Amino acid sequence: MNEANPAPIQTQKPYLTPRDTSAPKLPMTEKVSVRDVNFYYGDYRALKSISMPIYDKKVTALIGPSGCGKSTLLRIFNRMYDLYPKQRADGEILFEGKNLLDPKQDLNLLRARIGMVFQKPTPFPMSIYDNIAFGIRLYEKVPKSELDDRVETALKRAALWDEVKDKLNQSGLGLSGGQQQRLCIARSIAVRPEVLLLDEPTSALDPIATAKVEELIYQLKSDYTICIVTHNMQQAARVADFTAFMYLGELVEFGETSQVFTKPKQSKTEDYITGRFG
Amino acid sequence: MNQVASVASRASAQSINASALRRHTLWDAALRIGTRAAAVTVLLLLAGVIVTLIEGSWLAFSTFGPGFLSTETWNPVKEEFGALAPIYGTVVTSIIAMAIGIPISLGIAIFLTELCPPSLKRSISTAIELLAGIPSIIYGIWGLFVLAPFLQAHVQPVVIGTFAGVPFLGALFAGPPYGIGVFTAGIILSIMVLPYITSVTRDVFETVPPVLKESAYGLGCTTWEVVTKVVLPFTRTGVIGGVMLGLGRALGETMAVTFVIGNAHRISGSILAPGTTISASIANEFTEAETALYSSSLIALGLLLFVITFIVLAIARFMLYRLKQKAG
Repeated sequence: MNEANPAPIQTQKPYLTPRDTSAPKLPMTEKVSVRDVNFYYGDYRALKSISMPIYDKKVTALIGPSGCGKSTLLRIFNRMYDLYPKQRADGEILFEGKNLLDPKQDLNLLRARIGMVFQKPTPFPMSIYDNIAFGIRLYEKVPKSELDDRVETALKRAALWDEVKDKLNQSGLGLSGGQQQRLCIARSIAVRPEVLLLDEPTSALDPIATAKVEELIYQLKSDYTICIVTHNMQQAARVADFTAFMYLGELVEFGETSQVFTKPKQSKTEDYITGRFG
Repeated sequence: MNQVASVASRASAQSINASALRRHTLWDAALRIGTRAAAVTVLLLLAGVIVTLIEGSWLAFSTFGPGFLSTETWNPVKEEFGALAPIYGTVVTSIIAMAIGIPISLGIAIFLTELCPPSLKRSISTAIELLAGIPSIIYGIWGLFVLAPFLQAHVQPVVIGTFAGVPFLGALFAGPPYGIGVFTAGIILSIMVLPYITSVTRDVFETVPPVLKESAYGLGCTTWEVVTKVVLPFTRTGVIGGVMLGLGRALGETMAVTFVIGNAHRISGSILAPGTTISASIANEFTEAETALYSSSLIALGLLLFVITFIVLAIARFMLYRLKQKAG
């Protein structure tokens, strides 16, 4: 994993226009393969036979109207639904050849490899430094000097280092909303996951903080496979290589972002992205 | 005032009649005065209790001086009184109660909020509430007739045998197994404080936002790590509050303790030996206190209990303040 040169993040202007994502380089490998997945809240079937690939080191966006199941799908990837009784999934999700829905799957290890950032910033009630070091300490025994490096690298990658380097011992709760969200992203990447799940990461942020987070997503995809749920179609167009449009628990269309937004194959997709419903 | 606003205000002035307005003002004033009177009553009551206690204990303190606090002797015949034994008993029984009660209570609360299947949750919660509802006299009877004989026959001999010869612990668990004593009182108290600490901590654990726990689980935390690193730090104020509520109960509990503590005015190195607490002494002896000095000494004990409770509250406040400083 290359974390050597994160410095340019600080100086780049955020992109606010769609990037040229017309030619994803081949060959691409599937990092996660969703095969015929159904999900149930009690008796209610929230996802219906979803099958789609998540490509390695690409950004995949899940879009669709509220209640279409995009967050539900995201929460299956790290088995977060397992915390709640009466929620269950069937089908197959292959992650490096193994079905992660297997009951024998070690959940803590899975979640360390598939990180997640939530809609609202969720800093832990501890210092900024400890917020980042927390996840590292869970799985690795690293000497203090290396831990310092890891924390610094994670904060730099999340474009937060310059803003917090003088107050690492202050509480993470004292940061602004946008800073807190970048802190949470830094916390997730500090444990070096392979996949990063982002559940509407900018819905609670102002436009400038949003632009910073989007820029960050773009920077991170060189190292991570990213899956992002968003309500904001411009955001999907700006950051994603692939886009999946979901509606009422079904996957309507999946394809390269440029194709989904300019030449949608399904009329439902076209209706949604042109704002006729949703 | 612009046109629209003046029209609106004229309209509202017409629609509200004067008597309704007067009635509202009157009710508002009544509410203000009534609630303030209620609040002031609390202060007056507290001041009244303090003044009475000080006045009543004056004779004892002026007779024995500061030595009242450091003397173990309690001899009604010679009229020599010292508060050290009851103070010691009160503190030690409370420490035992907390040492047993806090881990169990937190365990129950963590199980209920993090791990318990929903079907079991309600029955355990109900059981906890029932435990809180049992009158202390029943705990006392149960302690005297069931728990104390059981401890005497099965637990204390084993404990005494196990720790005999071990430095410090040997002295702590020495002597004949009486059954009744400081240790038994501590156990009864721990059962009595358990529902209080459990229900308060369970309630504050439930205030932790699910998404905060999810993000900890999302990093790969186990339930133990989520609880110790996220839930407890997030809820520390409430947890300390719950513990203090339990400690307040343990310090002041009278009836159950009086049944099982043995009511001996002496300090023993062994916690299996009989002792007494402040409230147990008062409950036991107030009928016999015929001389002025005797009853004044009992009232002085009451004042001391008041002071101990106040100190505990102050320490709790200070701990919370320190935690807040540390968290920044």
